[in-house]
Amino acid sequence: MTMRAPHSDLPILFAGVDIHRGTTVLLRNLSFTISAGPPTVLIGPNGSGKSTLLRAAMGLVAPTCGGITWGGRNVPSPTGRAIVFQRPVMLRRSCAGNLGYALAAAGVAGADRKSRLAELLRIVGLEALADRPARRLSGGEQQRLALARALARNPAVLFLDEPTASLDPAATKAIEDLVRAVSETGVKVVMATHDLGEARRLAGEILLLHRGELIERRPAQKFFADPCTDAAKRFIAGELLI
Amino acid sequence: MGAQSLSALHLLFTGDPALLAIVRLSIGVSLSATVLAALLGAPLGALVALTRFRGREVAIVALNAMMGLPPVMVGLACYLALSRSGPLGAWGLLFTPKAMVIAQTILVTPIIAAITRQTVEDLWAEYRDELTAMNVGPLQRVATLLWDGRFSLTTAFLAGYGRAAAEVGSIIIVGGNIEGFTRTITTAMALETSKGNLPLAIGLGVVLLLIVISVSALAWGVRRAGERFAA
Repeated sequence: MTMRAPHSDLPILFAGVDIHRGTTVLLRNLSFTISAGPPTVLIGPNGSGKSTLLRAAMGLVAPTCGGITWGGRNVPSPTGRAIVFQRPVMLRRSCAGNLGYALAAAGVAGADRKSRLAELLRIVGLEALADRPARRLSGGEQQRLALARALARNPAVLFLDEPTASLDPAATKAIEDLVRAVSETGVKVVMATHDLGEARRLAGEILLLHRGELIERRPAQKFFADPCTDAAKRFIAGELLI
Repeated sequence: MGAQSLSALHLLFTGDPALLAIVRLSIGVSLSATVLAALLGAPLGALVALTRFRGREVAIVALNAMMGLPPVMVGLACYLALSRSGPLGAWGLLFTPKAMVIAQTILVTPIIAAITRQTVEDLWAEYRDELTAMNVGPLQRVATLLWDGRFSLTTAFLAGYGRAAAEVGSIIIVGGNIEGFTRTITTAMALETSKGNLPLAIGLGVVLLLIVISVSALAWGVRRAGERFAA
């Protein structure tokens, strides 16, 4: 992978962030920092606030209370960040057309766009499908295309919202290999998953969320070997957190 | 009557210059009006779909209501505006094909705008997160949604063309049904019917139907091909 380490939106600082939707509290009093380094993986049961946290960190959802800064700036506009949604929407054009669109949106000049497009297609292994309508790709292929689209922004931080949910093991491995490769280029990966195996394989640090609250944050090895909280112990043991 | 009904078709296929001129003018006026209406209505519909402003709901209701604008009212309004004593009288457009295009553009624009608004709004609900995450600007969003909704918008164009091709109320008022100049299929049908020449009127109707069906078939073919190779 030949991506360059981009300029940084890091660190991302959450300061007392609450996010409400109507009367429902989605995130409650979150204060933490996302810094450069190995992947940060958010885990927790459904509805724990993982996706909302990623969207907030991306700048797509504004906090109800508290504040978020990116590299010390309060700029929600996603200049150095990119996200892959759990169910990415494919634009109604070919695989290469989707990627070309993302490159144009990222401000890549026409002259460089062709070579960059070819490079990204090669990175995600979709060269042979470049001309296929994106909506006709399989789930795994669509995720890889979404990842390429996100990488087109040359992000400092890449958010992944359960990118392997509902994929088969081969497609999951392909995505995980890509995530590792991206992380090794210096891009900060922040990923949500409910798959503990995946979290073990990829995470440098773990954030456990439950009911919108940050329950525990630790380096991955320590989290799995010696969790601090009862909730973390139960979650790792496979018990249901309700 | 049956043989007479075929007379218009016979004249058409034998290349009768007068009938061909009527058909050419009909197609020209309706297509021009539909293209102009698309250029005005599609961005207008997209704008209403993507922006939030005071009175937006009222604007949407008004836009939908204007889909049923009575052609004679539009014709009358255009007549008053384009007549010598009207505000646009100096343009000298009354009783010309241009006046007919203007009247039909007014009729068709709300149809295209209303269908575009719905299409773009639905597509925006689907694309919002992705385009926002890609930091796509407002104008580029409009262009993207119109382009990606192009196959659905074909329906809007067809509905607009159907309205324009079939209407007679406005163009007979502003065009005057002048033989060899502003006579179209529909105004000729109205004239022949009033003269009691029903077979010719029916024959002209068949010609009109063939044109509308051909345009629909062409648009459908384009849409299917597009969906197959690009969607």
